[in-house]
Amino acid sequence: MTAALALERLTYAYPGADAPALDDVTLHVEEGELVVLAGRSGSGKSTLLRLASGLVPHVHGGTVSGAAHVAGMDVRAHGPGELAAVAGSLFQDPETQVVMGTVRNELAFPLENRGESPAAIARGVEEASLALGIAHLLERPTHALSGGELQRVALAAALVGRPRIVLLDEPTSQLDPVAGDELIGLLRRLNEEWGTTILLAEHRLERCLSAADRVVAMVDGRVACDADPAGFLAWAHDAAPALETPGARLLASAGLGPPPVGVKQARAVLRAHSALPPEGPAALRAGPVGSGCARAALPGGARASSPPPARSAAAPALRLRGVWVEPRHSMPILRGVDLSIASGERVALMGRNGAGKSTLLRHVAGLASPTRGKVSASGRVALLLQNPNDYLVHERVGDEAQPDALSAVGLAHLRDRHPRDLSGGERQRLALAIVLGGEDVASPALLCLDEPTRGMDRAHKADLAVLLGRLAATGTALLVATHDPEFAALVADRVVLLADGAPIADGAAAEVLSGGWYFATETARILRGAGGALDPDAGAALVRAQLDAAAAWPAAASPAVAPAAAWPAAAPPASHPHPTEVHRR
Amino acid sequence: MPLRSASRSASPLHAARAAVGCALCAALALPALLFDSPPVLGAVALAALLAGCAAGAGRQLARALLLALPFTLVIALLNPLVTRNGLTVIARLGEAPVLGRVDVTLEALVYGCVLGLRALALILCCALYAAVVDPDEVLRLFRRVSFRSALTATLATRMVPVLQRDGRRMADAQRCRAGVAPSRVALVRAVAAGALDRAVDVAAALEVRGYGTARRPPRVRASWSRHDVAFALVAALLLALTVGARLGGVARFDAYPLVHGGWGAGTWLLSGALLLLPLVPFLDRRGIEPRAAALALAWGRR
Repeated sequence: MTAALALERLTYAYPGADAPALDDVTLHVEEGELVVLAGRSGSGKSTLLRLASGLVPHVHGGTVSGAAHVAGMDVRAHGPGELAAVAGSLFQDPETQVVMGTVRNELAFPLENRGESPAAIARGVEEASLALGIAHLLERPTHALSGGELQRVALAAALVGRPRIVLLDEPTSQLDPVAGDELIGLLRRLNEEWGTTILLAEHRLERCLSAADRVVAMVDGRVACDADPAGFLAWAHDAAPALETPGARLLASAGLGPPPVGVKQARAVLRAHSALPPEGPAALRAGPVGSGCARAALPGGARASSPPPARSAAAPALRLRGVWVEPRHSMPILRGVDLSIASGERVALMGRNGAGKSTLLRHVAGLASPTRGKVSASGRVALLLQNPNDYLVHERVGDEAQPDALSAVGLAHLRDRHPRDLSGGERQRLALAIVLGGEDVASPALLCLDEPTRGMDRAHKADLAVLLGRLAATGTALLVATHDPEFAALVADRVVLLADGAPIADGAAAEVLSGGWYFATETARILRGAGGALDPDAGAALVRAQLDAAAAWPAAASPAVAPAAAWPAAAPPASHPHPTEVHRR
Repeated sequence: MPLRSASRSASPLHAARAAVGCALCAALALPALLFDSPPVLGAVALAALLAGCAAGAGRQLARALLLALPFTLVIALLNPLVTRNGLTVIARLGEAPVLGRVDVTLEALVYGCVLGLRALALILCCALYAAVVDPDEVLRLFRRVSFRSALTATLATRMVPVLQRDGRRMADAQRCRAGVAPSRVALVRAVAAGALDRAVDVAAALEVRGYGTARRPPRVRASWSRHDVAFALVAALLLALTVGARLGGVARFDAYPLVHGGWGAGTWLLSGALLLLPLVPFLDRRGIEPRAAALALAWGRR
């Protein structure tokens, strides 16, 4: 049988580029495989996917050498239109991939382009919509869909022609943890039930590794590792720690092995070493909404108070009192939000797509006025919106922001470059410099960031967390809307969870992010929230302590789980590493 | 938003096929192009507005009206300043740079109002088209003739809301800047660059959906509904009435050298017919639930 994708010594360079984006790549993906493409930003993942879809070189231009075949079709001889018959593509931003007015027409479009009969089109649309669970959306206008719905519709449009291979470039980057997990589960089901070959590029590897047959890691345009998920994690531990999943890092730091592919395997390893925390109440361990205080539910069932995050005695940086946002012709977006943030406090705002996070930030920054309620801030509020490109209007980095602001974000050396020539992470930092302003502008009392890690790799996230930590240390309060629990754990000392426009949990990060199923870090899910450990280092410390305890009292430990009394009640605040001390491996 | 993509609602005009919707809008716009008579132009504008309201797109048409009114006013005021025609001078403004000697005449002022009214009527007809005709169906309709041209035209309409969203985002981002706001030139350049980026993204999406190798689609035969027949009949009647009245010299209007118009029964009959005919098919609302009942049903399903 022909390979779904076959690259032989393929090298590709974009027009005018100094270095090739793909360098001597040899890769074979067989029919029915689910392959995850891993790698840092700029490593060549997207270019490889664009090559497989024919956009490279037919749309982007550039020079190609070597051979590339998709389902037996030579990529150099066949354009994206012809390759669309065998390869479905889904990219990061669903808004730019939907071209028709209604969902039904969007799904019918690829089949109409192939000249299918009306009956075949109707059947194809029906089946794809049922498979993706979007049958109820068929008559909806595409401009009225949420981000998650749009991504599903775009995926259905990619699948409706029953392609042999589906190419996905960070399809979960704009989705909340729930929708992201649903999408990965859906891909697994399509792969298992339809036999569709899937090539998936993703930064949040912990989300998709357990569904993968193989992982291909790219470094500087080359294939650096091609192995099964466990083999990839073993390679990443030595060669590319930035690609290691939190679960793998947790076990490696605790001196346990083999590296786990997902939460289930990690727990199995811990269970085998009698280091798995006991089952306990996993409910959100957050305190009264709006208080910022927290109550901790201990693994043993006892409850104790933990100290609230440190507050300044001065006026809070931000205070929201009964804020309602009620559009005239739709349901309320914010419902009586009460929130107070102290100077220097770092707050993560989490919740599903459409929960009201972005709306809240817009009202805090004064871009809109609430229907009812009051928003007051002790000083200037800076807001960094989702897309840094929206801020870039000049031809030169140095014209976009003041020199001291550029220095603060580490871009002073790039002041003569064109802003559009910067990498994604650099653009994000430049946008941050623009909203922060220079010495001639008062430093903000509050900095709001809306999904600042969209499409960022783990190393860039850590860099951003360090930068934000420095800002917070100067007294600027932070309010960060994010879907990424790992980043929230890295940057925040308090987490507010929004649902349907109202806060449903508000507490210390160690408690909110350790008690849930979706809004929890991988470390917390593995350890079942024990000790409030959110990151691999804190988790590993707990596991090591547990291993030592089990060694000291071997009779007390059951073969399956560790004794409850051996686990700490809650992680002390100091156990959470400050972003300025983030460990970069 | 006058050029916002059509969103489907329960109305006879939305239920009619795209070809009929296009024909109705074109037939309604034609008298605005052929006649100068203010009653006729007013009737066309009002008919488009009322048809939009009857189709449940009143808000879109009202927004179009609000956007068009300043444009209308500018035309009405500009014409007397730049036109030398007309015999009845009502103001002598003296010498002005570029324009020279400016004498405002009554005739030029009246004709400026006629031009403004014509622009208003045409904008409302276009807004009605954008509000009630599904661009996807237009694409299907025309791509048997010229797929690429039809797709380009339809996507141009589709890109409008996308670019509007981008524009709103950029405006918000500029409001978030600390310090001095960028110049308008820089903003325009950035907006243009953003639109080009968007166009490239959409082009890439089209390519990977197989647009590049699109084949001529098979003919789809669908039986004509009563709404199709009713609106097609109205479009045909409007066309016949317009051509007949034009050939018969009804509703003549001349602004120069002196204002002279036919204000007789023919003019008013023609205007009345242009106003009422497009509204007649909306009386047939069989099978369409009253709005309150539909809202109650939707609420019950929640």
